[in-house]
Amino acid sequence: MPEPTESPSRLSRLGDALKRWIFTFQDYVYLSFHALIDIFAPPVYWIDTLDQMHLIGVGSVPIIVAAFFSIGGVLVLNTAAQLTRFGMASLTGDGVALALVRELGPTITALLVAGRNASGMASELGSMVVTEQVDAMRALGTDPIRKLMVPRIIATALMLPLLAAVGDFFGLVGGFVMAHFTLGLGAVQFWTRAVHALVFGDLVQGVVKPFIFALILATVGCYQGLRVTGGTEGVGRATTTAFLWSALAVLVSDAFLSRLFLSMYK
Amino acid sequence: MAFSVYNSFMAAEFQPGRGMVLADAVPGEPLIIFKDVRLGFDEGDVLRGISFEVSPGETKVLLGESGSGKTLIMKLSAGLMRPDSGKIWVMGRDVTEMTERELLDFRRHLGFVFQEGALFDSMTVEDNVAFRLREEGVDEEKIETQVRQVLRFVEMEHAIDLYPADLSGGMRRRVSIARALVDHPAVVFYDSPTAGLDPVTSQTIINLILRGRDTQGVTSLLATHRVQDVFGLAHYRFDVDSGRVMPIAANGAPAAKVHNVSPTNVLVLRDGHIYFEASAEEFGRSSDNYLKQFLASAT
Repeated sequence: MPEPTESPSRLSRLGDALKRWIFTFQDYVYLSFHALIDIFAPPVYWIDTLDQMHLIGVGSVPIIVAAFFSIGGVLVLNTAAQLTRFGMASLTGDGVALALVRELGPTITALLVAGRNASGMASELGSMVVTEQVDAMRALGTDPIRKLMVPRIIATALMLPLLAAVGDFFGLVGGFVMAHFTLGLGAVQFWTRAVHALVFGDLVQGVVKPFIFALILATVGCYQGLRVTGGTEGVGRATTTAFLWSALAVLVSDAFLSRLFLSMYK
Repeated sequence: MAFSVYNSFMAAEFQPGRGMVLADAVPGEPLIIFKDVRLGFDEGDVLRGISFEVSPGETKVLLGESGSGKTLIMKLSAGLMRPDSGKIWVMGRDVTEMTERELLDFRRHLGFVFQEGALFDSMTVEDNVAFRLREEGVDEEKIETQVRQVLRFVEMEHAIDLYPADLSGGMRRRVSIARALVDHPAVVFYDSPTAGLDPVTSQTIINLILRGRDTQGVTSLLATHRVQDVFGLAHYRFDVDSGRVMPIAANGAPAAKVHNVSPTNVLVLRDGHIYFEASAEEFGRSSDNYLKQFLASAT
């Protein structure tokens, strides 16, 4: 009778998985740290950065406009019913503005860009890795972190706050259109309430959050791409993983950032 | 007849190999030295104590089956990978001890031709070839001249505005060779430059390597599993005067000595070790059963 092969215990398998996860996180932090340091030391590839800004910024505008117009409308539909019960339909603009600028604008923009660009970065850089283009770049004496990663980080960090602002605006437009046709709110009433509801802290939150989310999206997307293994199958895996991890990281960090901003601007 | 296409190309404006050999390289000493290099992965050791040298002007052909570690040796030589143990000196510099930043500068003195070409998909042929020059901040006018010259050298000037996706496998390799040679490196690594190509295109690629070797004495390390590449390099030379590729060997005399051509030596890898290392002539005469399998594939 053959000896039964000793399979590793659950505990040791868990230990191995934990070690792998810690190693991956350490590697991600190391790579991201180097890329962030490289932003402040020449050469910075500004042409590549502009290309990425166009791709991420201009390319994302239609989807942001469409998404936020709908979100603004849905927000009004859901809040108006409650507010009308208490005779406060005029506060609809306040609710929409606060929800969009503080929370939905940065977060939904980040999630949309994660789906569109973080996964795109992973697949583009991953394809370059498996076809040895990244090695070719190194062989030609060029640092792939500077050439490929840094422009994507700068471009995302500059574009995401702007996209969030565009999203906020079109969310309010969508909210106004819905409020006008369902609640009969006038333009002056809606926009005056919406603008006056916002304070300086909300605007800071509306800019700083997307900036931090951008750093997360770009570094996770690039990391997943540059660390691809396993050929084209690995590229597919990296694309999915980049979206999942960046979206999760955005949502988790949003919880911490919201708490921080609430304590800063009470 | 195999050389007819190649021989139609006579212009000899571009001369690779004039690149500076780093000051650390001692004249006459080997340009590449491997000393007891070992490298393994989860599946086991791939390289188990590899030691060899490549002299200035020499063409060293790494011959071996798929998975024998040829590509690893090429990448280790250029510092694209690090060994588990052992030392590698290239042009007098210990690449195993250099930081990635130092290696990036150092690699500008080397040429590397990847197995599938590894051209940048998003760039035209011109931008691919000009990549290194632009990184070095060379004047655009000079870049244009230099790029056209090297593309003429590999007979690809007509494709200057095309993208890699528009090129055949052989054309990609030729552009890749142009990209590697554009800055006149003293040492060039060719990773399976003829893999997956038809015999005529393979010969064209070997002829380009011959030309680089014989016009300016480029030192090369070439990985291949095709024994035809070994004999293509060992038995032919590029005649600068006539601009033609010609046979060297006369009456069985050692090819390199007849026309003062840089020697072509063969290093056969097997099971992570160096199985055989000698001149191409000795390799061709070998009666070893394993080597005979390679030699049989040439007939």
